Amino acid sequence: MSATAVHAHRRQRRHLTPARIGIYFFLLSAAAFFLMPLYIMLVTSVKTMDEIQLGNIFALPADFTIEPWETAWSSACTGVECNGIRGGFFNSVAIAIPSTIFPILLGAMNGYALSFWKPRGANLLFALLMMGAFIPVQVMMFPLVRIMATLGLFGSLPGIVLIHIVFSMPVMTLLFRNYYASIPQELFNAARIDGGGFFRIFIQLMLPMSTPIIIVAAIMQVTGVWNDYILGLVFAGRENLPMTVQLNNVINTTTGVRLYNVNMAATILTSLVPLTIYFVSGRWFVRGIAAGAVKG
Amino acid sequence: MNKKLNRLRRQAVSWAALVPMALVVIAGLGTALWSLKISFSSSRTFPADDFIGFAQYARLLDNDRWLLSLQNLAVYGVLFILAALVIGFLLAVFIDQKIKGEGVLRTIFLYPYAMSFVATGLVWQWMLNPEVGIQQTVRQLGYPDFKFDWIIDQDRVIYTIVIATVWQASGLVMALLLAGLRGIDEEIWKAARIDGIPPWRVYFSIVLPMLAPSFATAFVLLFTAVVKLFDSVVSMTQGGPGIASEVPAKFIMDHLFGRANIALASAGSIMMLLTVLVLVAPYFYARTRSAGRKQPS
Repeated sequence: MSATAVHAHRRQRRHLTPARIGIYFFLLSAAAFFLMPLYIMLVTSVKTMDEIQLGNIFALPADFTIEPWETAWSSACTGVECNGIRGGFFNSVAIAIPSTIFPILLGAMNGYALSFWKPRGANLLFALLMMGAFIPVQVMMFPLVRIMATLGLFGSLPGIVLIHIVFSMPVMTLLFRNYYASIPQELFNAARIDGGGFFRIFIQLMLPMSTPIIIVAAIMQVTGVWNDYILGLVFAGRENLPMTVQLNNVINTTTGVRLYNVNMAATILTSLVPLTIYFVSGRWFVRGIAAGAVKG
Repeated sequence: MNKKLNRLRRQAVSWAALVPMALVVIAGLGTALWSLKISFSSSRTFPADDFIGFAQYARLLDNDRWLLSLQNLAVYGVLFILAALVIGFLLAVFIDQKIKGEGVLRTIFLYPYAMSFVATGLVWQWMLNPEVGIQQTVRQLGYPDFKFDWIIDQDRVIYTIVIATVWQASGLVMALLLAGLRGIDEEIWKAARIDGIPPWRVYFSIVLPMLAPSFATAFVLLFTAVVKLFDSVVSMTQGGPGIASEVPAKFIMDHLFGRANIALASAGSIMMLLTVLVLVAPYFYARTRSAGRKQPS
């Protein structure tokens, strides 16, 4: 897309007219509004509770302290246990890694089979899969709990990973199917003539060509799985609760005095992984949004 | 080698590769049918095999908490989608004016979308808390009568969830519409300038209709977020004060796991599914038709 070329002509007048001042005023006010929660989170997380009780959430900290961060990480109470949310962090890492690798591999294989091999009836299957993406998760919740229990996977790490594989398959398949549709069929035909089989062409030809879409898919999966709450809550089991669930437990189940600074530090810690991915990946993140627009 | 046999082999391998996909489709349809069956039974904690017709649906429509959930979701859905579309559109149009620092501003407007609804819900809960949040701060700044306690106000609590989630999702709309704006032919702007049409008219009468596909995509994403609305409510209000901010997804989860009434919960989930299908089916139909002709990128 030639975005810059399209726009070069549009505004000749670059000096500040009242209209342009208005534009900047609107954009900067909006930016302030969007940044406000992040700012309040950050300053609150380094204040003492005494200072928070004074009640100015916008003020910069007078007594800078990182104690709330230490408490949030290693000694805040999530229900009955008081080990902070670090356990949730490592659980989320353990869930997110396989829940990124397997869905990408499966999505790539599905997209490859759909785009190049086109087995009979596969398009119908794909249409059904995409329709399934719109089924609200609550509709499948109870039967899935029963199925997972029957398989002996309910409340286990492989169980929650399997659930993520199932729920991410529509969008992952769509992503790779569309990507492979842009690769010339002649390339595939040539590989066939050279005697390549299904998996050989997939592993030696298609996967190495898929780096850009794999990056997009990985960004989507890691942030999506990391930010998931409801699936982790139901299927992960007490030993594997992801960070989002533990965060909610820290904040919404505490009794007595609420430690707002610790809460905010815990919230930032939980958001750190997806935010880092977002700030580092930039345009890749946006590409994923546009490509995954059918996600249910 | 026999040509027919070859083709059969070729089909067999690719079919084998699609077995996981077939399993997922079967699981999706199967579990939905299973829930449908449960919704016609008298199941409580465990699924029962009887058939009691639409009794659970009748009970649902007689349940104040469910009706309030539906009402909340309708109010929330309309406000959230409208506000996110309007704000996202304005942000996209203003960013599209060849401004300085476009990259920074875009990053700022989209970052909330990278966070989980649980995390952002907790931040907003804290900012909207009248005792320590914005209300208290403004009072200390010399306005002792300032009042902003919607989050503990039964009639207004749903608006606080709108505010928090619009803040989170507007950047998404902006990103989608900005991509749409950048794809519009520059000839349109030239022609409009020659005809002396003011830019705002061009935006309203020409650009807005041309952005219809981007708006449709944004709408579907926002709509699915509305139906799924759960995380934000749990983290911001837990359905309170009282039951004032209950939503269907939470009603279903509570009846599945807390209140052990899986038949009623299943009836609720089937009603959610039907609503989604009625609203999304036209879009899905249009998309698959056009996807058959040209591949979307």
